[in-house]
Amino acid sequence: MVHNKSLSGILADILIWVIILLMTLSCLLPLLNMIAVSFSDNASATANLVGIFPVNFTLSSYQAIINEMQFWRSFMISVLRVLLGLSINIPLLILTAYPISKSPKVFGAQKVYMRLVLFAMLFSGGLIPVFMVVNNLNLVNTIWALILPGAVPLGNVILLMNAFRGVPKTLEEASQIDGANQWQILFRIFLPVVKPTLAAVALFTIVSHWNDYFSALVYITKTANYPLQTYIQQLNVDITQVTNPEKLKELALTSSKTLNSAKIVVSVVPLMIIYPFLQRYFVAGIVVGSLKE
Amino acid sequence: MKRKKDQWAFHLMMTPGMILLLIFSFVPMIGIIMAFQNYVPAKGIFGSNWVGLANFKFMLQIPDSKRIFLNTIVIAVWKIIANTIVTIFFALLLNEIRVRRAKKIIQTIVYLPNFLSWVVLATVISNLFSYGGSINSFLQFLGLQPILFMASNTWFRPLLIITDVWKGFGYGAIIYLAALTGIDPGLYEAASIEGAGRIKKMIHITIPGILPTIMLITAMNLPNILNAGFDQVFNLYNPLVMETADIIDTYVYRVGLLGRQYSLGTAVGLLKSVVGITLMLLANKLAQVLTDYRIF
Repeated sequence: MVHNKSLSGILADILIWVIILLMTLSCLLPLLNMIAVSFSDNASATANLVGIFPVNFTLSSYQAIINEMQFWRSFMISVLRVLLGLSINIPLLILTAYPISKSPKVFGAQKVYMRLVLFAMLFSGGLIPVFMVVNNLNLVNTIWALILPGAVPLGNVILLMNAFRGVPKTLEEASQIDGANQWQILFRIFLPVVKPTLAAVALFTIVSHWNDYFSALVYITKTANYPLQTYIQQLNVDITQVTNPEKLKELALTSSKTLNSAKIVVSVVPLMIIYPFLQRYFVAGIVVGSLKE
Repeated sequence: MKRKKDQWAFHLMMTPGMILLLIFSFVPMIGIIMAFQNYVPAKGIFGSNWVGLANFKFMLQIPDSKRIFLNTIVIAVWKIIANTIVTIFFALLLNEIRVRRAKKIIQTIVYLPNFLSWVVLATVISNLFSYGGSINSFLQFLGLQPILFMASNTWFRPLLIITDVWKGFGYGAIIYLAALTGIDPGLYEAASIEGAGRIKKMIHITIPGILPTIMLITAMNLPNILNAGFDQVFNLYNPLVMETADIIDTYVYRVGLLGRQYSLGTAVGLLKSVVGITLMLLANKLAQVLTDYRIF
């Protein structure tokens, strides 16, 4: 590209950089503030003296968390849920997406299954009927209530289905001639090709299980068994139940801001660990999935 | 080619997923009949009295319903508009930045909020917009009066819209950035030779180049007119802003599930579902006509 070196061109460049940097900082600063608060002393934090650097640096919030058994219990429940969720979602995802990626000429019943999947995706009984089914199956207060209702993540099924459709037909035909059955074709030929999409989908699954607070709010009645996000959500409840403005101001002053910030920071650490991988794959994942040729 | 033994393999693969969908998607659809009953848990779905459309009539009479439908649509429509504009704006500007390393770092940062839950972001936002928070300090610095954003019926909706855009614009830009890389560089070179400036190139090459994507994303957003974002509203609202922030989903949860008004909750949910599915089908048609692309 030929660069326009005129004054107006340079000014435009500067303007673009300024706007982009402001937008970028708007994403970064609030998060840095949260981290800084978690490392500050409570007095400075509640007086809103903390910017993006800790004031009166202290590790006391983190030391306090170490002794909070409920926090770690919830943390472990979330870890368990992610692991269970992944090991159930991913196989189901693959097995559901593969047959419906075939043309009706290859798999006669493809259209019927496709319609069922689309119908389930578009239409739902809604929160209350699903709750009643889970309740009738005696799953309330078990970790399965958090996993089974969403065991077949349909949005991701469509994503993976599109990836399967992108696999060159010649690969499959060659192995059919060699006498391979569909299971072998799926595992030996298709899965290796769609690995990037599969990685993206797996990472989305981890994030959505880790971030979900709502299922537990509906299906878990014992607060001791809440996963981490629901536990943290409950810390906020005090604020959302306030009915008069004066109380709201007051609460903001007295709440254990540094401790809560530290809890949130710890809850985000696992996401930060997988974020580099996530970033590597999600671009490919969503672009392939949503812009099929 | 169709092979007999393959058919069985395919059916077998579909079985576990279909069983789970049956239990957790299709069986709950039967529960929809609660919307036409006066459902009493002790009597069950098959023992409760039929009331026809009484729940829907009741729904139309109570002042709540007008409020929640209106709130939902207003918040959702503004979110769709603001998200679309800001996201495209950001993608276009980022595309002008040629320093690859800087671009990469910027992308890493702006994608981040999308992966954080509303539980986490609600805490960040309520600190930021609290009475003594950074935003109010800034307002005071400018000589303005501090505002109780979280408790103001005037400010709460803009707050929802702005923070929603803030969370999603970076991630949303990915799709436009992908579309931008698809534009033939030869077009820009030809335009440069013809003496076209930056703005001209943007209007005549870049925007037409991503127009199909813009139309597609807009069509796909259509069904979201009744999705004002449960997680965000639920984690940020409070009784003081119920008037402007209570949406269909929060109402169904609060009144239907917590308040145990199962029939009413299901009726409201059903109405939302029906409108949603209609808009989805419409969006699919629209996308097909406009861009030759089928969503499903």
